[in-house]
Amino acid sequence: MTTGLLGIVVTFGLTLLLALPLGRFLANVFQGNKNALDFLAPLERGIFRLAGIDEKREMTWQQHMLALLTINLVWFVFAMVVLCTQGSLPLNPDGNPSMSPDLAFNTSISFLVNCNLQHYSGESGLSYLSQIVVITFLQFVTAAVGIAAAVVVINALQTRTTDKLGNFYNYFVKSITRLLLPISLVIAVILAFNGSPMTMHGKQQLITVQGDTTAVSRGPVAAMVAIKELGTNGGGFYGANSAHPLENPNFITNVTENVSLVLIPLAMIFALGFYLKRNRLAYMIFGVMTVGFLALLAPTVYYEMHGNPAIAHMGADQALGAMEGKEIRFGAAASAYWSITNTIISCGSVNSMHDSFMPMSGLCQMLGMMTNAFYGGCGVGLLNFFAYLIIAVFIAGLMVGRTPEFLGKKIEAREMKIAVIVTLLHPLLILAGTAMTAHLYAGNPTEYAGWLANPSFHGFSEMLYEFTSSSANNGSGFEGLGDNTPWWNISTGVVLLLSRYLPIIGPVAIAGLLARKKVVPASAGTLPADTATFGVMVLAVIVIIAALAFFPALALGPLAEHFTIY
Amino acid sequence: MKSHLLPAIRLTLALLVLCCVIYPAIVWAAAQLAPGHGEGEQITKNGRLVGFANVGQKFDKPEYFNSRPSAVGYKADGSAGSNKGPSNPDYLKEVQARLDTFLVQNPSVHRNEVPAELITASGSGLDPDLSVQGALVQVARVAQARGLAPAKVQALVAQHIQSGTLGPDRVNVLKLNLALDDMTGKK
Repeated sequence: MTTGLLGIVVTFGLTLLLALPLGRFLANVFQGNKNALDFLAPLERGIFRLAGIDEKREMTWQQHMLALLTINLVWFVFAMVVLCTQGSLPLNPDGNPSMSPDLAFNTSISFLVNCNLQHYSGESGLSYLSQIVVITFLQFVTAAVGIAAAVVVINALQTRTTDKLGNFYNYFVKSITRLLLPISLVIAVILAFNGSPMTMHGKQQLITVQGDTTAVSRGPVAAMVAIKELGTNGGGFYGANSAHPLENPNFITNVTENVSLVLIPLAMIFALGFYLKRNRLAYMIFGVMTVGFLALLAPTVYYEMHGNPAIAHMGADQALGAMEGKEIRFGAAASAYWSITNTIISCGSVNSMHDSFMPMSGLCQMLGMMTNAFYGGCGVGLLNFFAYLIIAVFIAGLMVGRTPEFLGKKIEAREMKIAVIVTLLHPLLILAGTAMTAHLYAGNPTEYAGWLANPSFHGFSEMLYEFTSSSANNGSGFEGLGDNTPWWNISTGVVLLLSRYLPIIGPVAIAGLLARKKVVPASAGTLPADTATFGVMVLAVIVIIAALAFFPALALGPLAEHFTIY
Repeated sequence: MKSHLLPAIRLTLALLVLCCVIYPAIVWAAAQLAPGHGEGEQITKNGRLVGFANVGQKFDKPEYFNSRPSAVGYKADGSAGSNKGPSNPDYLKEVQARLDTFLVQNPSVHRNEVPAELITASGSGLDPDLSVQGALVQVARVAQARGLAPAKVQALVAQHIQSGTLGPDRVNVLKLNLALDDMTGKK
């Protein structure tokens, strides 16, 4: 039992140890200061020349967003074409078929928005070509898009008046060449040396020791899994994701993958501190996020390590914890830690099946996605948190009776409207989506019987989880849900689109509007944003928005289930 | 939007080369130096491929250490968990049935010695391991089925415990069973 907890502490400690220097490095990269990877500059210049881009041209926030949306559109069309025709394209040794249009729509959108919800299973649903040029490719570029957008916001928060906020392509390409590619290479090599396949050969047929015939799926796994975790994408090579013994062969790879997915979200917080020379602000943000993280982690670890009371009742030994859907090589504690880091961060990879977790653990996983700002995804976590921050500044300003200011800029009606729309969009999409689906199901339970793998409260949780995961751009699921149907493919696809771009555009717009304003010199009346008191204020705003909006739905699902088995 | 479209397409092509050709090629080259050469660690016996060390396979005969229940019957090209919720009554009946069956097959084992993993399905359906306790409770049955001294089988289990460093200790079922076959001289 203590080994399990020690494993968690070491994993988090290691992440923190790596994230601090990485944050400093990122601040240098994006400020254009000297850094260790400057030797890559010729490669970057080559890329810009091939693309015909002047990477030194300064952009306004609107130009940033236009560039971002245009390139996303290009990727969407490209992904749709490949997925709908993969059956007849090369690099398909297992002979997997092309996707149906609604499934291809859902898959393209889902990877385009860095969500990686998967309504297919990798072994039978994708060719190796699709795994590489659609999945792996989008896992690189969408993570870089999130980081680039966060850098625009950080750049805009400097104490000066301007509408020139750097160049989108510059931030975007450097996120790949200086950050995602080099670290992915290291992770992929660690995975390959621990037994993850990296081959273009198809399935290996074999006869087992007992004499059964089986076929083992392989593929270019190591390269894909590295960026899957590092870019907080989460979409697995295999159906079972990182629970699959070839995608995550042992405890060392488990720690490696788990560190990778937390690394950039943490480093971005510290990068903000170094970039703006406001380390105290970064520590405040880190503190609030960590408190939220631990509050969700502790109950999950507790309930998973104590096992399923209904099975304990049968008299079996529960010393290993709740093992349904979990792998022996990770154990209950590391699986619980993994599940919470993957839901607070919009990665959504799994090393154990969330559908089979104890009800309170499922509740914590959903709350992690409902707040979506405790560390959060590559870049976008910081953007979500920024929206909460603006609301907290406004409320705190009103409470003390002063004009709300943040980092020397006045927060006014326009910024507030955007922040409120962004934060309320999330509960609206989740709750309205779940409500509509529950209504459909209740109206015709026989026709939709294939949707739910579990009856009663848990069945409701499966639907709630799916919309929460979509809206949080998370991508994990209560996978018992039979989700490859037109209703699920299209409804979650629409939710994915709305919940990706508005929460990026909103915070960037706020930051762009703030950057244009005059600087208000700090005075005795200024509310300092980098104190513990203000941190408590932000946490309160997050708790109020998340708890009040979602409590009724959670009461119908996981809470009700909890009280039936405890 | 128009002025961004052409650069976006050209940038996409350049990045496709970088991320989808150069990057996988480097990883592939590095993997050639790894054990298994990027094909996964394969295990052969008498020149015949019998499995992958990391991919669990079905063992349900009494003379072998049995692997965990699997939602996909150890189908290694269709991994999945059961996704059964903890309160699902049908699921709990299934767990109860697995426990009862195990106790019938292993009459010397007491109910509270059966570890959870032997009556629950893994996440991948391909879990290659058992916990130490999960292997030990099967020693008596395996020894009897093969006519071996239980102490000898128990010693074999002890040899196959892989320390988890920070993770749980575990026993690879395939390697253990192959060693068992070697011990009894089965080809």
